[in-house]
Amino acid sequence: MEKYRIDQSKGLEFGIYTLGDHLPDPITGERISAEQRIHEIIELAKLAEQAGIDFFSVGESHQEYFATQAHAIVLAAIAQATSKIKISSSSTIISTSDPVRVYENFATLDLISKGRAEIIAGRASRVGLFDLLGYNLRDYEALYEEKFELLLKINQEEIVNWSGQFREPLNNAKVIPRPKNGSMPIWRAVGGPPASAIKAGYAGVPMFLATLGGPATSFKFSIDAYREAAERSGFDPSELPISTAGFFYTAETTQQAQKEYYPHINEGMKRTNGQGYPKQQFAQGADKRDVMNIGSPQQIIEKILYQHELFGHQRYIAQMDFGGVPFDKLAKNIELIGTEILPAIKKYTAKK
Amino acid sequence: MKIVILSGSNVGTKTRTAMNYTHKEVTSKYPNAEVTFIDLAAYDIQFSDGRIYMDYEGDTGYVAKTIMEADAIMIGTPIFQASIPATLKNIFDLLPVNAFRDKVVSVLVTAGSPKHFLIAEQQLKPILAYMKAQIVQTYVFIEEKDFHQKEIVNDDVVFRIERLVEDTISLTETYTKIRAEKEAKYDF
Repeated sequence: MEKYRIDQSKGLEFGIYTLGDHLPDPITGERISAEQRIHEIIELAKLAEQAGIDFFSVGESHQEYFATQAHAIVLAAIAQATSKIKISSSSTIISTSDPVRVYENFATLDLISKGRAEIIAGRASRVGLFDLLGYNLRDYEALYEEKFELLLKINQEEIVNWSGQFREPLNNAKVIPRPKNGSMPIWRAVGGPPASAIKAGYAGVPMFLATLGGPATSFKFSIDAYREAAERSGFDPSELPISTAGFFYTAETTQQAQKEYYPHINEGMKRTNGQGYPKQQFAQGADKRDVMNIGSPQQIIEKILYQHELFGHQRYIAQMDFGGVPFDKLAKNIELIGTEILPAIKKYTAKK
Repeated sequence: MKIVILSGSNVGTKTRTAMNYTHKEVTSKYPNAEVTFIDLAAYDIQFSDGRIYMDYEGDTGYVAKTIMEADAIMIGTPIFQASIPATLKNIFDLLPVNAFRDKVVSVLVTAGSPKHFLIAEQQLKPILAYMKAQIVQTYVFIEEKDFHQKEIVNDDVVFRIERLVEDTISLTETYTKIRAEKEAKYDF
């Protein structure tokens, strides 16, 4: 775990992530400018650090209603504005970028942040960037596998010899600068079904698992499959960190949290996914056994501890800003995390 | 209420003819409904490649988005090789798994043989149910002999189409009302 900068004696790590969505607030119907949205993300990272949150990450999405396509640049600003919190992408779409350039950016980010940077590499759930950046969607899987492998190789070896299908070969190529400690944590982003989790396991790479909604037990399959695959290919699963990522919103009571967040999640999903979030399923989301962390601080503590018992994961990251949530509400969420949720979670998950 | 009349074949005339009758019945009886007629023969639709439906462009994007916005969909299908045609299956493949959630779907089948009667029951309805449709259980099955030169010559078929349209509309109204009442009970 040390290699991935994870200290389990400090308990489950808690993070905040944003996809950088840039959606209207459904209550007012108004959308802030991209400039304001980006500044608010930087501000949110500062608040998160002040509240004692461990991790903050920003994703890239190349379509309408998103603002952080250049996520590495937003992260650089966050690196400069903070001093302790870990920072990462969530995710970097490695399929449509050159791994050499991605590594140069994030190694630099690691130096700016003095050793706090990580990469989560994904393959995109929307495909606008394939057209935009000139890639063929037919190569969706092959592009990801090849480029992710190259990214890992660059992380392990300073001098790289490599050849593949989608990029010119590298002959004794020196990829510099190096991160502060020579290499940096690189995670594989995984969606719900186990197929991708199994690939992460076989490669012995830490896994970031998206868990948007539904019973927590249904994500347990992917986690078990990941650990089994890792073991089969000779890795020690207890040395491989797992992180989960999902919706989060807290307020004084569960009822109030649901009331405040539902319009954001519903309208936001309609715009970015083409279908709203069914009220029936959202109502079930309050149950302790549902993976969606929306509710009172006490309810969320119970949910996260339940998930931790089930998954044995090392980090959880929360998406609280989806769908145009106004900044004062985000600040309130951070405050409740810092004062009520974090102390309880750390207390019960710290490994002695 | 948004209704899509979908003629699911890109060849032949019988399904199209049946859907013309259906279309006429809907627009004359329910002038306030917002009706869109989609004949797959008139569009150039690509095969599904797994992307989210909003990311398709051109005819493919238009058809997928129009179906997703509908409250009710009336599907007409011929039977090819003892199943639904690939053109229609492709439409399902273009859409998300829960695409028909909160939608009513009804079916008209045109077939060259009465032996095909159960195909909609055994092959089409399971797809619709998987995609979360509220299905109008009775479908209209029309045979070769019921058509003559792009007209329906069997009055019974015309009556059955009238009933299917009425059932589709009343089920849509009913489900919309039930859903609104149920959603109003949630406190968010």
